Amino acid sequence: MDATVSFVLNGKPVTVKSPHDRMLVWVLRDELGLTGTKVGCEAGLCGACTVLVDFEAVPSCSTTLGDVAGKAVLTIEGLALDGKLDPVQKAFQDHHAFQCGYCTSGMIMAAWAFLKKKPKATRTEIVEAMEGNLCRCGAHVRILDAVESAGKAMGGVR
Amino acid sequence: MRRRDFLEGVTAGALTFFFTTPVGSAPIVPTRPGAYAEDLNAYLKISADGRVGCFVGKVELGQGAMTVLAMLVAEELELDPAQVDMLMGDTDLCPWDMPTGGSLTMWHTAPVLRGAAAEARAVLLRMASKALGAPVADLALKDGAIWVKAAPARRTTFGELVKGRKMERHLGKIKPKPLSDCTLIGRRVPRKDALAKTTGAAKYAGDLRLPGTLHACILRPPAHGLNLVAADTAAAERMPGVRIVRDGTLLAVLHPQPDTARKALALVKGTFEGTEPDVDDGRIYQYLVDKAAPGQRVMISRGDLAAGEKRAATVVEGEYRNAYESHATLEPHTSVAKWEEGRMTVWASTQSPFVFREAVAEALKLGQDKVHIIAQFVGGGFGGKLVGPGAIEAARIARRVPGVPIQVAWNREEDLFLDGYRPAAVVKIRSGLDAGRGAITFWDSTVAGVSQGEAELPYDMQTNRYQAPAVPNLHPLKVGAWRAPNAHTNAFARESQLDALAAKAGLDPVTLRRRLITDARLLRLLDLAVETFDWEPAPGPTGRGIGLACGAWRQGLVVAIAQVAVDKTTGKVRTERFLEAVDVGLVVNPDGARQQVEGAITMCIGQALSEEIRFKGGRILDKNFDTYLLPRFSAIPRIQVVFADNATSVTQGIGEPPVVPVAAALANAVFDATGARVTHVPFTPERVLEALKRVPAK
Ligand code: FES
Ligand code: FES
Repeated sequence: MDATVSFVLNGKPVTVKSPHDRMLVWVLRDELGLTGTKVGCEAGLCGACTVLVDFEAVPSCSTTLGDVAGKAVLTIEGLALDGKLDPVQKAFQDHHAFQCGYCTSGMIMAAWAFLKKKPKATRTEIVEAMEGNLCRCGAHVRILDAVESAGKAMGGVR
Repeated sequence: MRRRDFLEGVTAGALTFFFTTPVGSAPIVPTRPGAYAEDLNAYLKISADGRVGCFVGKVELGQGAMTVLAMLVAEELELDPAQVDMLMGDTDLCPWDMPTGGSLTMWHTAPVLRGAAAEARAVLLRMASKALGAPVADLALKDGAIWVKAAPARRTTFGELVKGRKMERHLGKIKPKPLSDCTLIGRRVPRKDALAKTTGAAKYAGDLRLPGTLHACILRPPAHGLNLVAADTAAAERMPGVRIVRDGTLLAVLHPQPDTARKALALVKGTFEGTEPDVDDGRIYQYLVDKAAPGQRVMISRGDLAAGEKRAATVVEGEYRNAYESHATLEPHTSVAKWEEGRMTVWASTQSPFVFREAVAEALKLGQDKVHIIAQFVGGGFGGKLVGPGAIEAARIARRVPGVPIQVAWNREEDLFLDGYRPAAVVKIRSGLDAGRGAITFWDSTVAGVSQGEAELPYDMQTNRYQAPAVPNLHPLKVGAWRAPNAHTNAFARESQLDALAAKAGLDPVTLRRRLITDARLLRLLDLAVETFDWEPAPGPTGRGIGLACGAWRQGLVVAIAQVAVDKTTGKVRTERFLEAVDVGLVVNPDGARQQVEGAITMCIGQALSEEIRFKGGRILDKNFDTYLLPRFSAIPRIQVVFADNATSVTQGIGEPPVVPVAAALANAVFDATGARVTHVPFTPERVLEALKRVPAK
């Protein structure tokens, strides 16, 4: 049964007609055409689908459309403001913190949510925060470097 | 740059050096499958605005091919790599190439491309010489402009020169710039895919969203060995928008929404028949040994083994195993196929567009000219996407629904079920060391499961014998090429065995290798590794948890040193530090090469410690990342990478060599920490505990 659900997506209000229990990742990718959010396991195990809901990082493969009604959803496409990259994106670029790039959107979103709460995190805290995100290419050391330096660059996210 | 921009960019008034053919009408230069095109026009196009387009049949898997190949072109043409637009892996637009694998891009494609760019440079300079009325020797070029050195105002650009011209080539083979003149090679260059991949703009096969796409979910047997004989699709068909397509034993449920197609598939009841293999992940090793035994062949043999054994003062017998392991690329196999006007177009997550073209053509009984493969950004390959069963499935379904784009995106369970695994294997080695502890008097190795590939290293072994099976269909499960195939299995056995010999003879592992190594390059690399790690080797086990291993992939050499901590109550191994010293000849893109080494170390920490495909008969028990355990952030050690200063030798690939010695270095480190020798990859906590039980009490 289709429901009409409204939420804020990347700063703009949207209304979607889709079943309540449809997973957000499909709404984003299939309905709204935002394919930057990836699918790796559909079970909350890899983090490739990570988006922010009211600034909390969640796996969009395990979050329903109903869950985000009235909330603010931020995806990788909404991170750069006026064409200017966010400091986390910039740090991932500068450190070459990716290889195939398939985990990257999720990594950046998870890092962003974490740094917003804790820009001056220790390496161990960053490791803990990123533990739910898998990278098969082994870009881990660079991802940690990037998150660390983004934290320094931000000292607090917008 | 996105493909569409690229095509528009070069099509609008675009000119090749010698043809005015617009890029859209392919192929621009006919190329022959199986041979590298000799005409530089196949690889390079200069558009009216002076940008250089580079067309190659290789694919960007994450390994950085896009960047390093652009660097080579930019080097010859004195451009910024950002001025080179790469179009990769399109079988209509790009000249034929080998698959992207085996660490061969730098071996095969790089010299061809450099040669083409060098020739283009010469052609451009000659054109400029005519246009500016000055001899070539008096000209300078940079960033797409060419000018007279003494009078910089007399200048022209690539775009102006090529515009409106139709020229023939009159130059023969031109040599690339000498290394001493190179300004880009050896420098850190920003990755060309950085912007696309950090903004979510990079398009992978599943991101295409062609209008009218139907998502196809395929009915799978519960186990290998079983085939579909009947299916009840009534319940699925009652769902609005569902279509069922059958093609032989292939049954697919189609729907405009990917998740709805998956739900509808769950309503299909299949009946399957057949015979599952009678083996499981515990019995597989004896199964392989038994099945391989009658077909064992002596592949390499030197000297008299029995005589060698008589001279041995220390003898060790070892058996080394490794489990099946999946490629588990984070992006599962994904393809979109469309059948239109008698041609099949497949947008695929592929390492080998030209192999996919052949495979799809064969499966559909089409001419190769009727199949067009377009590689997208690929979310990891590692050998797993050299073959394209998913692309064939998409094409078979698409053939039955003309004009409709069909997407087949395997989910994780399918990806783990249908993968061609790293083969499970058993290596048995009996070998001995002389009384002087400086020579291997005999080395007798028999492998079941893989070949003897890369089993040897330049060690002085007086007599040796390597046996490997020549048995077809040895494996009960589908196997494939997994990053440095054969080599990591054989290196694990060899380097563990050497370590065991050294320990038994009371010698430290470095001194033994120094005495055995016959190759100056490997010896230098060993010294570099030991020095960089700052390690005083001593006979093991020392309790420090440091282990060393050497490995090779073709000409590429690697020495790895690992430091681990072992929790003796849980059996958990923690990698604390990992160093690799790598000699792959001239390193074109040091940062890119370093990334490959870091990635290989990280990936193989998973290989060594946690990754294993569990199965029972034809059933694959690992269905997702909850039991199939990839290394997570907490498993990552401090990683160090050093490259040998070896700028004179030919550039080798870097994807594979650093994989080879990782598991062995870790196993040797576990021994050094505990005195327990782990011989079964992955050495999970249970296996480490078992090994600890076998350590004789002092
Ligand atoms: S796809 Fe959502 S966590 Fe893996
Ligand atoms: S970059 Fe490939 S999975 Fe992380």
